[in-house]
Amino acid sequence: MTASVEEQQFTDLIAADSRIEPRDWMPDAYRKTLVRQISQHAHSEIIGMQPESNWITRAPSLKRKAILIAKVQDEAGHGLYLYSAAQTLGTSRDEMTDALIAGRARYSSIFNYPAPSWADIGSIGWLVDGAAICNQVPLCRASYGPYGRAMVRICKEESFHQRQGFEILLELMQGTAAQREMAQESVNRWYWPALMMFGPPDDDSPNSAQSMKWKIKRHSNDELRQRFVNMLVPQAAVLGVTLPDPDLRFNEATQLYDLGEIDWTEFHEVLAGRGPANAQRLQRRRDAHDDGRWVREAAAAYAHKMAAKPATDTADADVPNEAAS
Amino acid sequence: MSVASADVAEYATWLGDDSLILAQRLGELISRAPELEEDVALGNIALDLLGHARSLLQYAGTATAQNEDDLAYWRTEPDFRSAHLMEQPNGDFAHVIARQLVSAHYLYELYARLQASADLTLAAIAAKAVKEVNYHRDHAAQWTLRLALGTDESRRRMVAALSDVWPYVDELFRDEPFIDRLDGIAARPSTLRTAFDAAIEPVLAEADLAVPRGFTAAGGGRRGVHSEHLAFVLAEMQVLTRAHPGAKW
Ligand SMILES: [Fe+2]
Ligand SMILES: [Fe+2]
Repeated sequence: MTASVEEQQFTDLIAADSRIEPRDWMPDAYRKTLVRQISQHAHSEIIGMQPESNWITRAPSLKRKAILIAKVQDEAGHGLYLYSAAQTLGTSRDEMTDALIAGRARYSSIFNYPAPSWADIGSIGWLVDGAAICNQVPLCRASYGPYGRAMVRICKEESFHQRQGFEILLELMQGTAAQREMAQESVNRWYWPALMMFGPPDDDSPNSAQSMKWKIKRHSNDELRQRFVNMLVPQAAVLGVTLPDPDLRFNEATQLYDLGEIDWTEFHEVLAGRGPANAQRLQRRRDAHDDGRWVREAAAAYAHKMAAKPATDTADADVPNEAAS
Repeated sequence: MSVASADVAEYATWLGDDSLILAQRLGELISRAPELEEDVALGNIALDLLGHARSLLQYAGTATAQNEDDLAYWRTEPDFRSAHLMEQPNGDFAHVIARQLVSAHYLYELYARLQASADLTLAAIAAKAVKEVNYHRDHAAQWTLRLALGTDESRRRMVAALSDVWPYVDELFRDEPFIDRLDGIAARPSTLRTAFDAAIEPVLAEADLAVPRGFTAAGGGRRGVHSEHLAFVLAEMQVLTRAHPGAKW
């Protein structure tokens, strides 16, 4: 069977490393893969606000409080850019939100771990945002235009997030014995889950090959995980924290670090909804959505009433008439 | 930064504590707002207020060689000077908006006046803050209209919220004796009321909301007499810091 003209164009655009735009023809499977990936990514930003917002009211200095509010607010902004990018593929934000709160959509499992300690705000920034950066920098070149462009904006902010996390840990490691202990204990809990953020090993990652062919994904899971560890090791030395992997060793031959065995059973447990905080995260999201329903309805009813008003009535409103018509 | 006199420090503490406690309340809401855009907007407002609080408390601290964190984390309830309005729990979104509507209109008139203060540090803080609270005022006014004129339910909630919040308005405009010593430096609270009423009444009128009549809360925040709520706000805000005396973060 020969490819249609449209299909050929699509294949040519991908081959030329050009961008696919919302109006271009694309295979259904490409569209579906993107909607799945972008909406999962958006949900992760939104659920990811929770463990960190848990510490806004208790941040131990006003400066840290301000930085943390700004960071959580950035994550809400990331969610918004990504939902917009997914909407260009014909799926509405309401549909995506419904899927999330009904428990049908996935988000990054890392946010199903709790943040009981202030040092977790440091670990989340350093390790979780750090892993996100390794994952996301290549996505700035993703073949779908709106996704790639959203990722460019997001990545700029993620590097600030990682730096503030590193600074929190550095401050703790240079502090009292109790603070150092707090930092190490937290890194111990977040290190392995952060490595799992790159997804299952390459030989067990069913969707990766197709995504790489479509240039949505540019590097394999294991490759990205490896890059991440290479970045972490020298930073851990500066911090003075120990990465909790006794088998971690530099391999002269490959110039990469050999990692210990990752506990994929735990990964699959959390993925299956049996993580420490899955239920709590979803419930909180659902509660916010349900509690806010009357507010959203009010805003919609008000906008509707304003739009229905005759032009003479709105002459004194702050909206210029041209904009209202 | 110049060093504040004891009276100026007391006044800066009034203002700083109002913004700090209100920012703390708004901080509770982030990730729980009715829509994501509001998580961003409320986060922005909380950040602005926290910024004002930090500048004001830093300045207040110069009188006693303390920093903003000494004042925020190591004072106890009777030493706080926040008004009861700022301490009120969030309640539903209508209550959040009613509190924002009142506080932003008050803060706008306050900072608009304080820009001309003979104290140059206060004047500079006010000049920056007035632009930001002007945006907060607009945000609250827009939501007041949407809620009051949206659906039956939202109107019922907005009416209830406004009447719950209104008893705390008077305290904001009450003079305390020491303010006499700050002529030309402080904005005398009682003299801000006319401008406040003139600005907020058209918003209420457009939203078809009557100015609530009813009781007036006793207040006392400026003298360290607080609502039942403040102790909980402080307990949460200070818990980690106080567990590690002398630590840096
Ligand atoms: Fe993000
Ligand atoms: Fe981030």
